[in-house]
Amino acid sequence: MNLLIETKNLTKRFGGLAAVNNVDFTIEKGRINAIIGPNGAGKSTFFNLISGFHRPTSGTVLFKGIDITKLPANEIAGLGISRTFQTTSLFDQSTVLDNVIVGHRLRTKSNLVDAILRTKRLKREEAACRDKAMEVLDIVGLTASADRMVSSISQEEKKRTAIALALATEPEIIFLDEPAAGINPDETEGLTELIKKLNRSGLTVCLIEHKMHMIMNLADHIMVLNYGEKIAEGTPKEIRGNDAVIKAYLGGSASA
Amino acid sequence: MKILTKRNGIIALIIFAFSFPYIAQNDYYLHMLTLSFIWAIAVYGINLLSGYTGYLSLAHAGFFAIGAYSLGLLTVKAGMNFWLALVCACLITCAIGFLIGLIALRTKEHFFAIYTLCVGYIIYLVIDKWEGLTEGVRGLIGIPAPGNIGPIAFDTAASQYYLVLIFLLAVILIVYRIIRSLTGRTYMAIRNSEDLAQTIGISTMKNKLTAFVLSTFFAGLAGALYASFIRFIGPDIGSTAIMFDLLMYLLVGGIGTLSGPLVGTLLLVILSQNLQFLQEYRMLIFGPLLTLIIIFYPRGIAGAFFDWRRKRKDNDELSRVRGEMHIKAEEG
Repeated sequence: MNLLIETKNLTKRFGGLAAVNNVDFTIEKGRINAIIGPNGAGKSTFFNLISGFHRPTSGTVLFKGIDITKLPANEIAGLGISRTFQTTSLFDQSTVLDNVIVGHRLRTKSNLVDAILRTKRLKREEAACRDKAMEVLDIVGLTASADRMVSSISQEEKKRTAIALALATEPEIIFLDEPAAGINPDETEGLTELIKKLNRSGLTVCLIEHKMHMIMNLADHIMVLNYGEKIAEGTPKEIRGNDAVIKAYLGGSASA
Repeated sequence: MKILTKRNGIIALIIFAFSFPYIAQNDYYLHMLTLSFIWAIAVYGINLLSGYTGYLSLAHAGFFAIGAYSLGLLTVKAGMNFWLALVCACLITCAIGFLIGLIALRTKEHFFAIYTLCVGYIIYLVIDKWEGLTEGVRGLIGIPAPGNIGPIAFDTAASQYYLVLIFLLAVILIVYRIIRSLTGRTYMAIRNSEDLAQTIGISTMKNKLTAFVLSTFFAGLAGALYASFIRFIGPDIGSTAIMFDLLMYLLVGGIGTLSGPLVGTLLLVILSQNLQFLQEYRMLIFGPLLTLIIIFYPRGIAGAFFDWRRKRKDNDELSRVRGEMHIKAEEG
């Protein structure tokens, strides 16, 4: 087994509330993982703990066996862990390409002095960032929209842009927080294809999603959170038949 | 061949700026322009931090004063050579900026603005009350003009105008290069969303601190030039009134634009000089003007111009596409 991410007894308390409680979770390399659960189950908090946005109250996060629990978010990104946000926080007043170019910044070294003197290193790295941006825009299928303003593209294209930005950091694993929220069924289908494509190219994926149909088609491995605790884990088939899960969803959408 | 390109426009402006002393032949105009160039340098500093990195600092009149007083004290009291004192004044401003930035940048948004407003006021108070060093309200008198560089002396209005103009052009070039580079993209990423910037691997604190120190450098440089140009400084140059003047220049010209600081400063300094006869009632004009600009053109005059040009370009594109469709329809 090739473990990429491993959490041990991961806990986060906000005051008296345990948003994430004692969660052990493993992500194997090359698979599509999903985290599901009712609203407020602690899914996003779990993402925030792994990506370094929140410091856990207790427990550890390992990346390839290295303890990353106390690393700041930007260093975690540098290791090859990338993420998107539920609400895409792109810059509207700028083009798709310009939004994505800065994603490769962490792999470059040029500094203020390079900028002022316009050194060879800066020019080389700027070209590298631009190439990388075009490459990831091609992967997500937005080459034609590269020069459009973010304010003028659709919600689905914004989601793709956010994924492209995450890809520009050259991650080994990408965490997607509700990538299909707020987009229509056809577009969801397209996004599912994109995630499969990314996975086939060797990228490990972990996503939070409410659209059960999408998850059941997509994920190899699912973890279910409820009130911050892991109540089930397994393949889509196992999850579909799990009593605790059905109960958590009030017997509803889990089998949809 | 298009003659009205952006490049030619800039070259023409620079030529005009250099030939202005010969055209105007008027020391009053030169004095006014030199002064607005000095303010503009400080506004470029504020713009780098507030416009491009997203941290609205209200302490920069304080840094301006630190630069001015450093130069004044080093030349008047320590008898240091002007050019050495100029370098030291900038370095002192940066050093103090670094220490203040370390603490101030732990806050965000309006908390940052309020914190820096307090810092600016404290700087003003220190200068005002520390009479042993700064001479307090009496001010610092007899600051020397810039020293000669070889055969070039800076004793006439025109020569000082050229000196400040060259500094201003250098500052604009540096800011231009920064905002067009990966470093500038990094600053803008922080401005747009600090959380997102962190997730794509940007060390936000390091970059914010660099931007902060650099912006205090420009404010300090402007202050030092001011001190040697006016030859007299009082604590008032660090007051909040000056801070809000600088901020007004930036907002009217266009925050987060390259030409904004220069446009805003020139326009408002000239306007304010021409409305001298109205005395304090000038504010009756500036107040509503500022309010209207903020409401309708949040990115100032420069921002409004670029938006207008983009819109026109988009419309051209649209009518071109429509035209092609029309032709195709007729052919079909």
